[in-house]
Amino acid sequence: MNIRHDNTRKNKKSIIRYFYLINVFFLILTGSGQMPIFNRYYIADIPGLGWLGEFYVTHYMHYLFAIIFIAFITYIITDHLLSKLKNIKITSSGYFRGGIISGVVITGGLLVIRNLRGSGFEPGFIIFLDLSHLGLVIMLLVAGIYCAVFKKRWAENK
Amino acid sequence: MQTIRNIGTGSYLPPKILTNFDLRKMAQKISRRSFLKGTVATACSLAAAGIPESASGADDKQQLATLLDIRKCIGCEACVEACKKVNNKKYPVPQKPFPKMYPDRVPVMDWSEKQDVTDRLTPYNWLYIQRAFVNINGKETEITIPRRCMHCTNPACVKLCPWGAARQLKNGISRIDPEICLGGAKCKAVCPWHIPQRQTGVGLYLDILPSLAGNGVMFKCDRCYNRIAEGKLPACIEVCPEDVQTIGPRDKIIKKAHELAKEINGYIYGEKENGGTNTIYVSPVPFQQLHKAAEKGEGKPHLNPVKDTMADANKLAAAMIIAPIAGLAAAVGKFYKMTKSGE
Ligand code: HEM
Ligand code: SF4
Ligand code: SF4
Ligand code: SF4
Repeated sequence: MNIRHDNTRKNKKSIIRYFYLINVFFLILTGSGQMPIFNRYYIADIPGLGWLGEFYVTHYMHYLFAIIFIAFITYIITDHLLSKLKNIKITSSGYFRGGIISGVVITGGLLVIRNLRGSGFEPGFIIFLDLSHLGLVIMLLVAGIYCAVFKKRWAENK
Repeated sequence: MQTIRNIGTGSYLPPKILTNFDLRKMAQKISRRSFLKGTVATACSLAAAGIPESASGADDKQQLATLLDIRKCIGCEACVEACKKVNNKKYPVPQKPFPKMYPDRVPVMDWSEKQDVTDRLTPYNWLYIQRAFVNINGKETEITIPRRCMHCTNPACVKLCPWGAARQLKNGISRIDPEICLGGAKCKAVCPWHIPQRQTGVGLYLDILPSLAGNGVMFKCDRCYNRIAEGKLPACIEVCPEDVQTIGPRDKIIKKAHELAKEINGYIYGEKENGGTNTIYVSPVPFQQLHKAAEKGEGKPHLNPVKDTMADANKLAAAMIIAPIAGLAAAVGKFYKMTKSGE
């Protein structure tokens, strides 16, 4: 493998990394906007951040970023299965975080169905979805910070 | 009138009133009877299936709606009193002094000393009579409109509650669970009519982080869900001396509203608003005119047209199904390009 090739691969990896981080950042930002906190804690008063206090805006944006995120993760998973299996191995922290993300996407997706006209989930199940979506997001955040601090990677070369 | 008022504020469902119902106009009798039958049938089937009454979720067809013929309303406020009377036990009993809340801007909403207020919606007044002076055929006329929660068919207050404290029952009632509500008032912010009203110093937030999160409990009309579950009419409907309101399955109520509007050359509000509500007003004057003339403000909802608040985001749900296909296609595309170029 020559040096130039290795560099493009590194660049690609960091593009993917930043794409993931930015996407998750906006998901957490707009997701947190679903709770009535940005107005209370002056964040929506910061010039340019007024939209964070508008529930319909953050709700719509959360959906948009979720769509991008779902497309992104299916791309990463398919790409891995098709062309990376031979060279790359997912680490245990990678599996752990992947599991949390699946949970976030599943609970989030069910909440989207809940929001459709005529959906009929039990009230208790809706409370469970709300709390587990939020709880899983917090777990992902904690796990992400832990992995960043202790340099745990998603995958390593075989 | 005085006597009816007295009955209305006395003990509930005396046989007298039930007999009165039976003597009332045919159309109403039919819709009420089928409504009562419907509730009993629902109650039985729910009991048979072992599903609790609160089993939620609703398609528009199963929902109960009310028709309000506002020509008939004389503004006597018997309904307002009846609502206060039967729902009194649901009213908040706040703990005082209130815990200090941070930051300072967080407003204390205390209606407990003003429980008698009836000229707007409050945590202690879930129904109020909105007044508007309009000109009908050259005559200055006062129109009185009973205003409360519209019980939207896809209620934003329920769907967007971040904790699931607000819920929609199968019969179309939207209701806020006072045991779970934290009083963040998001339901009020997202409700196109800003119906739910906050009382500080009650509810679950007191047990969590009272100074940092939450601010009481939100209250609004629950369309007497407990009475309906028992096969009784909502108090405001039952007590009204002028039969302003009729309750029944939504499709029948809509049909009736259109017949009435056609008959009186009138206008309808609530059928299309916010994607459809279960509170259908029929008026002899255009609602825009009523809206302009009516007193509005905090706790005094408007009568403007309202678009479906949940529709924009719900349209994105389709894109959410396509998203994984797009991701998959992109990866497969890349794979083919790679194998072709022999990498
Ligand atoms: C990718 C699929 C996702 C979907 C479909 C989704 C959807 C949703 C929905 C529907 C809500 C409730 C909003 C409401 O209707 O009140 C919500 C809330 C929230 N989301 Fe997501 N979400 C997704 C991913 C994420 C991710 C990846 C994060 C953060 C990493 C996140 C963070 C949050 C937060 C913090 C809330 C507010 C707490 C709550 O209501 O439980 N979401 N999300
Ligand atoms: S709706 Fe009936 S009870 Fe209420 S104010 Fe009008 S006439 Fe009186
Ligand atoms: S009128 Fe407001 S509070 Fe009532 S169901 Fe509709 S959105 Fe909820
Ligand atoms: S339906 Fe019940 S709770 Fe709602 S306004 Fe009428 S009396 Fe009050």
